[in-house]
Amino acid sequence: MSEWVEVGSLEQIPRLGSRIVQTGKGDIALFRTSRDEIFAVRDACPHKQGPLSQGIVHGNVVTCPLHSWEIDLSSGEALPPDEGCTNTFATRVEKGVVLINLASL
Amino acid sequence: MSKDKLVLVGNGMAGVRTLEELLKLAPDKYDITVFGDEPYGNYNRILLSPVLSGEKTIDQIMLNDLEWYEQNGITLHRGKKVVRIDRTRRCVIAEDGTTAEYDRLLLATGSSPFIIPVPGHHMEGVLGFRDIGDVDSMLAISKQYRRAAVIGGGLLGLEAANGLLQQGMDVTVVHLLDTLMERQLDKTAASMLQRTLEERGLKFKMEAETEAILGEQRVEGLRFKDGSQLEADLVVMAVGIRPNIELAREAGLHCERGIVVNDTLQTFDPRIYAVGECVQHRGVTYGLVAPLFEQARVCANHLAEYGIGHYEGSVTSTKLKVTGIDLFSAGDFTGGEDTEAIVMHDASAGIYKKIVLKDNRVEGAVLYGDTVDGAWYFQLLRDGTDISEIRDQLLFGQAHLGDSGHGGENAAASLPDDAEVCGCNGVTKGDIVKAIVEKGLFTLDEVRAHTKASASCGSCTGLVEQILADTVGGDYSAAPQTQPMCGCTDYSHDDVRNTIRQDHLTTIRAVMKTLDWRTPDGCSSCRPALNYYLLAAWPEEAQDDPQSRFINERAHANIQKDGTYSVVPRMWGGVTSPAELRAIADIAEQFEVPLLKVTGGQRIDMFGIKKEDLPAVWSELNKAGMVSGHAYGKSLRTVKTCVGSEWCRFGTQDSTGLGIKIEKMTWGSWTPHKFKIAVSGCPRNCAEATIKDLGVVCVDSGYELHIGGNGGVKVRAADPLCKVATEEEALEYCGAFLQLYREEARYLERTAPWLERVGLAWIKENLVEDEARRKALYQRFLQAQKIAQKDPWAQIAGDRQESGRFAPIKIVTDA
Repeated sequence: MSEWVEVGSLEQIPRLGSRIVQTGKGDIALFRTSRDEIFAVRDACPHKQGPLSQGIVHGNVVTCPLHSWEIDLSSGEALPPDEGCTNTFATRVEKGVVLINLASL
Repeated sequence: MSKDKLVLVGNGMAGVRTLEELLKLAPDKYDITVFGDEPYGNYNRILLSPVLSGEKTIDQIMLNDLEWYEQNGITLHRGKKVVRIDRTRRCVIAEDGTTAEYDRLLLATGSSPFIIPVPGHHMEGVLGFRDIGDVDSMLAISKQYRRAAVIGGGLLGLEAANGLLQQGMDVTVVHLLDTLMERQLDKTAASMLQRTLEERGLKFKMEAETEAILGEQRVEGLRFKDGSQLEADLVVMAVGIRPNIELAREAGLHCERGIVVNDTLQTFDPRIYAVGECVQHRGVTYGLVAPLFEQARVCANHLAEYGIGHYEGSVTSTKLKVTGIDLFSAGDFTGGEDTEAIVMHDASAGIYKKIVLKDNRVEGAVLYGDTVDGAWYFQLLRDGTDISEIRDQLLFGQAHLGDSGHGGENAAASLPDDAEVCGCNGVTKGDIVKAIVEKGLFTLDEVRAHTKASASCGSCTGLVEQILADTVGGDYSAAPQTQPMCGCTDYSHDDVRNTIRQDHLTTIRAVMKTLDWRTPDGCSSCRPALNYYLLAAWPEEAQDDPQSRFINERAHANIQKDGTYSVVPRMWGGVTSPAELRAIADIAEQFEVPLLKVTGGQRIDMFGIKKEDLPAVWSELNKAGMVSGHAYGKSLRTVKTCVGSEWCRFGTQDSTGLGIKIEKMTWGSWTPHKFKIAVSGCPRNCAEATIKDLGVVCVDSGYELHIGGNGGVKVRAADPLCKVATEEEALEYCGAFLQLYREEARYLERTAPWLERVGLAWIKENLVEDEARRKALYQRFLQAQKIAQKDPWAQIAGDRQESGRFAPIKIVTDA
């Protein structure tokens, strides 16, 4: 399959919110920040696999809904003092359409 | 752009803590240079006593090693004493000629032990107790000589004496007064302490004034005013400290006892700041460490140009760091004409507790033998909590107020390392101590962040604070009375709410702009609070922001550990019908709900529902006439009832009917935290109304109203508010109480702690004694309910775009 996949329009993701891309190898959480940047990370917190897509987004960070770990969306890394990392996927927006690179899936 | 230059004079705890706080806020703002006259990095001066007694090594008390300075790009001139500040050229000059220019200068020159100027005080073997050098000298002397005299029976003197005793010396403490530690202890506690220390081998010479130090070249003894003498090979002076102000004074800065600073820690030259033991703030100098940390935070805030922090002085507490002796003191423990004291004294068990009260608030406390509640009393003192409700149990401690988690747990020091301290997160004492030591933690918040201990239900907070105090040697968590809302701002919850009201702010963005929020979008703790305050203040104008709500309130269901949700339909007053039960059963089968369970609030909970199925499940429940049960929200949860006079042979009123009326009136309202109601039909109280936020207990002559109860982590029986005669009045009080709570409590503050903070008397004044105010509150509540009472399930299920967002945006099948 091609690396870049169209997933939908930017408007379908609420600002400071998230949507899920379902794949055969687990869910990917797509986030839209207040500056309309799009990030994609595996929808599992490094702590106890909480669904990050359901967390509160602030800056480039999401707070996991289960135990409030904070994950940097650009790197997938937990903010200190917590330690851990989830996978990230490249994204881009073309004419209002969001694409995600699933090569590393 | 070149960076500003910041120079710190004094490489001790206060100065370096300021740098650490500053680096957190503005890591790239300054080129930093540090001068310290000791040849080390920054170490924990408070732990010199355990080093002297051999319980710790120098390495174990290092806070910032040389690598830390390197990593943060800080130039450290160690072993160089600054001798002059040139304010015209804005530079400092050290003894060896090293100079450094500054744009901002921070003085943290600390203090020196006060050496009594008696004849012979320059002799060899006469020492202060201040730094690693003093400790090294004492240890060296203890290996060659036997007899030591410590002048000063205060905190520092006793710790020095104990250390020397541990090193095998024969130690006599010489004290001017008849009471040891007279600034921290009353006579009873002091005499208990003296007896314990005597049993361990310390000797005391009380009410003795030193006249001369005897000897030729090195010290041989002391002579007192009364003519008596004491042989000694080592004399340690521990009679007090004196702020080091010479450098500042010679530079023309205004000094009194200390370097005078304002509430932003600036000296009379606004480019020059000062923190720590060298400063005098509002007429007070501090020799304990907690105030220094508060000063450091405010000072860093200003150096980073966030400029809204204010230092308003500190209340301090002390703890003696002598292993095996539990002693705690805080505030004004002597009392005066307008104070009263509650005292417990069990001489044979070695326990003494004294709490000084003024106007039903804790003014001071002295604890000896059992200090487990020290942190709690100190908290009550700092917060100015009204203790009239718990007065009769105050001396027995927090555990006796119904804390089910750790009642009776005692003395953190004696716990083994593998003892579980935090039951929620499975954190042992060993984990906590390890994190404190390895990561250099000082405050409760830091321990919470690193270990998660006490970060969930909080019932082990006191124990964690004790472990922290034992490990780092003191209470550093003496936060100012007004805590900032979160890391995004220095304003407190109350400040923010007042601004929202006064400036008529109706959006989160407007609040953040008006109050100069530090982060662009806030964080996961302030955004939900702001959203709540806006909705509570301006119900008709503020727009709810779903993205600022915790997921449960956004998905209108409770998230579970596997990412599925649980759904609870409302059952008014806990009453259901065959049709509702049939619908729930059908829906459970249709959506393959793995678990149906009856909740504590008399509802049915449907577990394991996938997020994308939620709108369809709601739609089906709506069709059967059911709406959201708000089991997920900081909102009115349930009204639990018993069957009452309609069926029960003991029932006095129609409790079920009243419960349904209350629930129909209150459902859908957002509150600072969850809010539970119950109505019992008679004093047998089968609906458990007295552990609810609001409880109604029916009696033959009317309705007793109870407020501020809860089950959970800390069981608290509700307080009786008043008794009313009719259902109408019960409804009015109920709405008015909810509205008072909505308007006054801080976000995430349940009614129980709120009531303890503001006092039952204050609530009665507003609700019972002031009829006009009660009616106004009730009207405001009903008005807000007109907007709030819309079933969120029907709204979302009926909106194609909204419900569409519950499903994946895309399903990739071939990946």
